[in-house]
Amino acid sequence: MNTQGRKTTPDAETAAGTDVGTYTGNRGLVHEEPLIFELDNPGVTGVDLEAAPAVTSRLGGLKARAGIGLPGLSEPTVVRHYTRLSQKNFGIDSTMYPLGSCTMKHNPRLNEKLARLAGFSDIHPMQPQSTVQGALELIDQLAHWLKTLTGMPAVAMSPAAGAHGELCGLMAIRAALQARGETGRTRVLVPESAHGTNPATAAFCGFTVDAIPAEANGRVSVEAVKAKLGPDVACIMLTNPNTCGLFEPQVKEIADAVHAAGGYFYCDGANYNAIVGRVRPADLGVDAMHINLHKTFSTPHGGGGPGSGPVVLSDALAPYAPLPYVVHGADGLRLVEHAADAEGRPFGRMKAFHGQMGMFVRALAYILSHGADGLRQASSDAVLNANYVKARLQDVMSVPFDGYCMHEALFDDRFLKDTGVTTLDFAKAMIDEGFHPMTMYFPLVVHGAFLIEPTETEPKATLDQFIGAMRHLAGKAKAGDAAHFLAAPRYTPRRRLDETGAARKPVLRWTPPAA
Amino acid sequence: MRYLPLTEADRREMLAAIGAPSVDALFGDVPLAARLDQPIAGLAPHQGELQVERALSRLAARNVPAGSCPSFLGAGAYRHHVPAAVDQLLTRGEFLTSYTPYQPEVTQGTLQYLFEFQTQVALITGMDVANASMYDGATACAEAVLMANRVTRRNRAVLSGGLHPHYREVTATTTGVLGVDLVTLPADPKGIEDLTAAIDDKTSCVVVQNPTLFGHVADLTPLAEACHAKGALLVVVVTEVVSLGLMPSPGSMGADIVVAEGQSIGNGLNFGGPYLGLFATRDKFVRQLPGRLCGETVDADGKRGFVLTLSTREQHIRREKATSNICTNSGLCALAFTMHLSLLGEVGFTGLAQLNHAKAVQLADKLAAAGVTVANDGFFNEFTVKVDGDAAALVDRLADEPLLAGVPVSRFYPGQADLAGLLLVAVTETTTEDDMDALVNALKDLALGGTK
Repeated sequence: MNTQGRKTTPDAETAAGTDVGTYTGNRGLVHEEPLIFELDNPGVTGVDLEAAPAVTSRLGGLKARAGIGLPGLSEPTVVRHYTRLSQKNFGIDSTMYPLGSCTMKHNPRLNEKLARLAGFSDIHPMQPQSTVQGALELIDQLAHWLKTLTGMPAVAMSPAAGAHGELCGLMAIRAALQARGETGRTRVLVPESAHGTNPATAAFCGFTVDAIPAEANGRVSVEAVKAKLGPDVACIMLTNPNTCGLFEPQVKEIADAVHAAGGYFYCDGANYNAIVGRVRPADLGVDAMHINLHKTFSTPHGGGGPGSGPVVLSDALAPYAPLPYVVHGADGLRLVEHAADAEGRPFGRMKAFHGQMGMFVRALAYILSHGADGLRQASSDAVLNANYVKARLQDVMSVPFDGYCMHEALFDDRFLKDTGVTTLDFAKAMIDEGFHPMTMYFPLVVHGAFLIEPTETEPKATLDQFIGAMRHLAGKAKAGDAAHFLAAPRYTPRRRLDETGAARKPVLRWTPPAA
Repeated sequence: MRYLPLTEADRREMLAAIGAPSVDALFGDVPLAARLDQPIAGLAPHQGELQVERALSRLAARNVPAGSCPSFLGAGAYRHHVPAAVDQLLTRGEFLTSYTPYQPEVTQGTLQYLFEFQTQVALITGMDVANASMYDGATACAEAVLMANRVTRRNRAVLSGGLHPHYREVTATTTGVLGVDLVTLPADPKGIEDLTAAIDDKTSCVVVQNPTLFGHVADLTPLAEACHAKGALLVVVVTEVVSLGLMPSPGSMGADIVVAEGQSIGNGLNFGGPYLGLFATRDKFVRQLPGRLCGETVDADGKRGFVLTLSTREQHIRREKATSNICTNSGLCALAFTMHLSLLGEVGFTGLAQLNHAKAVQLADKLAAAGVTVANDGFFNEFTVKVDGDAAALVDRLADEPLLAGVPVSRFYPGQADLAGLLLVAVTETTTEDDMDALVNALKDLALGGTK
């Protein structure tokens, strides 16, 4: 999600408060909750420990530290603190959360329960492998389904998130190029519409980034790619379905052209959830693609992570997959942890241990719960819901690209022209209507973007209410009621926050007040 | 299917509103040859909770949980007791199912705990400022080297032989593609390496772990001085964050960047992930930090509130010029950490560290009394035991009892004969005296030439 170009300083004229005022500052269910440091009651603790055995310290001559400055809180105070904080948050559990590209679908609670089984949650990564055969089998089973669903021959399981998966894919490409003796391939092609992680990853991996312009129809054309190809191109990073919510119709031709020029095709799989069970990336000529388990397979986003980003790999890249990985051996499954034991030529290691096991359990539970029919139905319903939203809003909002979309519907801000209302203002008014806003100002290729991804887990009744609210707001904006938007949000624990001031004079931690 | 709310009637009605003849028509941009018309090979139809739970429970039952037997495993992942309140609060849907707090008015809960988390991390590391988390300690270590290079405009990093080998490998993988010159010292089981000799005018940073992989602890002040004298930064790695409740903080010893694995506080073993990378530094380097930062501000009514800030360092704004490509981090693990540390407080955190250390001393004393060689003088809650023969074979044999005796050093350094007899043994507050006696008996028998 991108916040570029948005106005982040509150206007003085919109600053008039809506509170009638209370003695406590609380407003009914919404409490003014201090920081834990302001709740400090020195000497109090929320944890009772057994008495330490009487021994002579062996700290190697170091003096024990004192006076760290952590606050003292009892368990009831801590429980109330975090309960009150939680009440200041929207989650998928509270409301429709149509953040485009982020895939905020329902998080099944069975998956939470299973990830907490002691056999998964209480095993140490360095246990003897004979004591973790079930865990290795779980990784192997999930790997099997990821390969089957994508049609790809191999998968690297350890990357911790989408961007980490991108890095893994690009490192595999780099290693393959090196093995071919083609170290002069230093350029990576990235469409303008790409997620920011794509160019950042390419640079983080030592490549230079070359942008491919988007066509007027929101797609990348094979001609535009061909115009950029050359003997110094390492790969293309293409998101498909793309960030405009469109399937790239020339994807196979693009893949063939890149391959013919000696490059590889990295597919950003952030939007894979639109096509699971309906399209196999292998059939599109993909060499590497990360799968965000926290999007497509619904492991919880958790306020910003943890994620998990396994990367499926083609035969050309599979030998370079990073350590560690699971193989079938004579005595069951085992981990290959060292290059000397590997059949291929692993490019290295991405992460301290074997991957995001907790996410693997949830993702496998999701796949088995949905089954073959449910996975395909989920993709179909995700696309149906997005098209329904698009169809019912296109007469009152403005659509940059005609035709059907995939799992997300993209609008631009032309419908707000001369209203004095921006995409940001509109988003804040949606909050007052009880919805989390869509992704705004991304992708960069359309002006003032609204990227709406309802996901398949929204019922039609919720979509209808959402559509009704959006139509109501669009009407209000066009009727000249800009004030309604500029003062929004009104019903949140905090009104618009001064982001410019926060960046100008950063306060990044609490410090004790001067005595 | 219980997660899919649309009925067939809904679907028909929606298609009519769209004006599409079928759902398949919506996929019209997909090339014909790439359309999958047969079901996914080998995958059964959807299943109920009961069936899925049965299938996964069967896999879980084939593992030996560390809590089901005496366990002395550490080496970068530690089994601590997490208070019940942590998981109860963590699973509140408003935390669990929220996204990155890009809309601050509806995510003040997430933003406030991130601000509290950053403050706690800064306090325990003795640094000025911390970010909102990284994937794990190893990736944070790699990012620290890249940040030190940006700060110093140099390209050579010295890695201690006491650094966790997985951290070294992740750092080598991550920085290698950028042509960073890594000077890697050999494994240092005795804690005697001389890092100062490796520093020169081209050194961007020295990366040192405290306690080391082998459990040795050190006063890093002289090393910090040696780094600063040459214009290099000191990066301190902490893989057992509970040690910060007892040992002098890295900041007080002169660290410029502190990276740590935060799993020990609030987070389970989870077979290695998800974990929690901590990243702290000095105020003057804040604009070179990777990852998200939460900052304080005011809202339109002048009330205190919190937002993500300094995002011009980040990929979604700066694209190829960002300080890192990281986007999703370890938010929920950071919440678990901050809740556990709030419960502990000053008394609990320092008490927990003392308890860990005292129990480790107790075990070391018991082992020494039984004739087993403990290789360390100083340590926190983990030390190196020297056994006759192959420590890995011993660990495998004891696993059958089951007794998880520790991590053999050869798991990290295969084929190095001088390290084959070394076993890393960790103790936490979860270790009972019975557990200790079980390990002492097993190792004593071996020391006496027994065949157990």
